[in-house]
Amino acid sequence: MTLEQTLARLDEIVRQLDEERLDLGEALTLFEEGVTHLREAAGILSEADARVKRLTELADGAFTLEDLDG
Amino acid sequence: MTRRRSVSARPDAAPSLFEPTFESTIEVASAAEAAAELYEEVGQTFPGASPGAAIAISTLTQIAKDVVEGAFIPLWVRGEVSDFKRHRNGHWYFCLRDLSSQLRCVVWSRDQRGIPAAPDDGMQVMALGQLGVYAARGEMQFTVRRMEADGDGLWRKALELTRQRLDADGLLAPERKRALPRSPRRIAFVTSASGAALRDVVAVLRRRAPGVELVVVHAAVQGEMAPLALCAALDQVARWGGAELVIVGRGGGSREDLWAFNDERVARALAACPVPTISAVGHEVDVTLCDLVADHRAPTPSAAAEAAVVSRDELLLTLGAQRQRLVTAMEACLFEPRDRARSAGVELTSAMSRRLGERQSSLAASAGRLNALSPLATLERGYAVARDAQGATLTSASQFAAETGFTLRLRDGDVDATARAVNPLPERPR
Repeated sequence: MTLEQTLARLDEIVRQLDEERLDLGEALTLFEEGVTHLREAAGILSEADARVKRLTELADGAFTLEDLDG
Repeated sequence: MTRRRSVSARPDAAPSLFEPTFESTIEVASAAEAAAELYEEVGQTFPGASPGAAIAISTLTQIAKDVVEGAFIPLWVRGEVSDFKRHRNGHWYFCLRDLSSQLRCVVWSRDQRGIPAAPDDGMQVMALGQLGVYAARGEMQFTVRRMEADGDGLWRKALELTRQRLDADGLLAPERKRALPRSPRRIAFVTSASGAALRDVVAVLRRRAPGVELVVVHAAVQGEMAPLALCAALDQVARWGGAELVIVGRGGGSREDLWAFNDERVARALAACPVPTISAVGHEVDVTLCDLVADHRAPTPSAAAEAAVVSRDELLLTLGAQRQRLVTAMEACLFEPRDRARSAGVELTSAMSRRLGERQSSLAASAGRLNALSPLATLERGYAVARDAQGATLTSASQFAAETGFTLRLRDGDVDATARAVNPLPERPR
């Protein structure tokens, strides 16, 4: 899941908890999922270095990413 | 003989060009005389000097062509366009004129790439070309290779024509604009790998959003090859599919440097990009077609990087707010069940106590009835109950034996007794 998707899912979870009539079991499941996503997102954000790569297309049409000194 | 002058490449510096000097006129005249004398010496007539020596028209026009073409280097000329025609074979034909003269002009189709758009009749233009002779008609003809119009007219016209085509295909519609992802982790940047734009973007990303990966897709961003290179790079990004966002751009430059970003093919390739796009072309005030087609327009590459990523600090704040919302929402979800549990508890308690009350009163009634039947009441009235040593009630004389002990229970105590004799009554008829 990309950070983008994680954040979007979090929004959706909060909205569901806010707006929909859920039974307690469903609500707890959603809540737990939300907490997991929060942890994931915080983990991604703690990555330190900006990486700069260069896209190269190989003869067979595959792509590789090579480090580029930015 | 001709004298060649250096001619500036700038149209506004077009000089008064061909000023035959007195000496050169003398030289030309004396050279012709010398040639005629030479012919007379060998007993021939100078070509064209007599009916017998008449020369063919094609010869004359060919000579004229050679002379004219040899006499002029490519020059910028200024005039008003008239009678513009686009021939079936792709060449353009028109006249350039001023108040007193006109000159027939042609632009070969292969040379039209260097000209932003075909001129309109009435347009004031500067044209760079070679003066020659069109032998078939015996006319002077100016072969144009570059052209500019006053006030960037041709560029604007070309831009406008392309813009209209893109618009007709719906590529400029506002509803086509996609929202940018809030926090892409991998961004493709179509630009020159050695350009200043790349350094700017990397610097912004390092500062604002460490952890974001920037993938450079190299393309020439100016020059004749730039449009195709940009198209190829955009195509690679699309086929690779690894980026969540694409920035395309370069640092500032002249209008011509930035022109590739006005290329119709590049604009269409950008519009076809499967992920959201940001256009970031230089510092030019003019908006490029890529700017119009992209989902987001940034004035500079640095601004594009700012728009592409939310800063990490901001994202962390957002996450904190999300956590708070999550907890609040969960608590709200818990509120109703908790409330229901509480009221259920209250109801349960009151139901229980009601039931207990009922039980108590029925118990009292039972106790009353029990009491009425109780032997204790009989004892109260002064009777006694005889019981054996094991406590069993003795209710028949036959249960007694002479000289055997038993106990009498009275209202207020027990009395140990011994039977002296047992005298059963004769059996009663039933």
